[in-house]
Amino acid sequence: MSRRSPEPLVWLLFSGGGMVAALLVPVLLVLFGLAFPLGWLPAPDHEHLLALVRHPVTKLVLFGLCAMALFHWAHRFRYTLYDGLKLKQASTLIIVVCYGTAVVGSVVAGVVLLRA
Amino acid sequence: MKNTPKTITMQVTRFRPGEDEAPVVQSYEVPLRKEWAVLDGLNHIKDHLDGTLSYRWSCRMGICGSCGMTVNGKPQLSCATFLTDYAPGPVRVEPLRNFPVIRDLVVDISDFMEKLPKVKPWLIHDGEPPEGEFLQTPREMDEYKKYSMCINCMLCYSACPVYALEPEFLGPAAIALGQRYNLDSRDDGAEDRRDVLASAAGVWACTFVGECSTACPKGVDPAGAIQRYKLTAAVSALKDYLLPRGARR
Repeated sequence: MSRRSPEPLVWLLFSGGGMVAALLVPVLLVLFGLAFPLGWLPAPDHEHLLALVRHPVTKLVLFGLCAMALFHWAHRFRYTLYDGLKLKQASTLIIVVCYGTAVVGSVVAGVVLLRA
Repeated sequence: MKNTPKTITMQVTRFRPGEDEAPVVQSYEVPLRKEWAVLDGLNHIKDHLDGTLSYRWSCRMGICGSCGMTVNGKPQLSCATFLTDYAPGPVRVEPLRNFPVIRDLVVDISDFMEKLPKVKPWLIHDGEPPEGEFLQTPREMDEYKKYSMCINCMLCYSACPVYALEPEFLGPAAIALGQRYNLDSRDDGAEDRRDVLASAAGVWACTFVGECSTACPKGVDPAGAIQRYKLTAAVSALKDYLLPRGARR
């Protein structure tokens, strides 16, 4: 493998994405999936949440979370297909589908956040 | 202790080239003694029951790394695995997985022997050696000491599902030994090892299953060494992309 191989870069996205998702997703799930709907904590009203999401820093954090978590999935799923299902001979197709899905998902997340 | 059986059945995989078409299982009854390891059972078979059984062993104390076998499905040092832990038996003894079998429990380790020197597992020092001792603080030694405990027993290769699928994978022990020298304060060879360690068959082949660290009898944690080197390699690769040549390292 040459030193210009993209493998270290996709691995950085994979490991960073795993870290970010592990830190943020459980917090968001507990807040918005349990604590607010079940009334454990007073739920913020719609106006307040919308103002929060429209703040550039929130947009940046949410975009980072979505994009990196998607790349984490793409990398993990690529190797699951390689080793788990022994499909390494279809490597090019798998790479295009996995990372392509992550790119498309990131663009969609970016558009949704920009329009919010 | 009255009801403890006095013998245990060892089901040993035999393969005699020229005689057996495929490996066959042969059962032997051996005395069950609390101080006996699986290796003692094999020695009993060899000395008293069947002199044709072949296996490797040397030190009997978990240092030489030559008696690795698959015991009840797990890679183990047969000198450090006690028969009583498998009572009432039977206990299955097979050759190490992921290696070609030469005869009975003896496997061909030439693949590992070819890979090991590729990571240059020795001190590479720029400049003149110091006069007298090469001093090192305890903290500097702690950086690599864990990785220096490797005895080349190859249990990690036997446990690694990636090595099973991709025989060109450099493998856990070789990478951990590369790191053992990379992290040594007396060593300047990290750049020399980089092309081998940071290759597709090096750390990037590892998918962090972690079975190597589970199997390691010496607590080396090869999986940890590999993940640590992935970060080093990724940061070096980023520098290659972003920085002009002079500012790297």
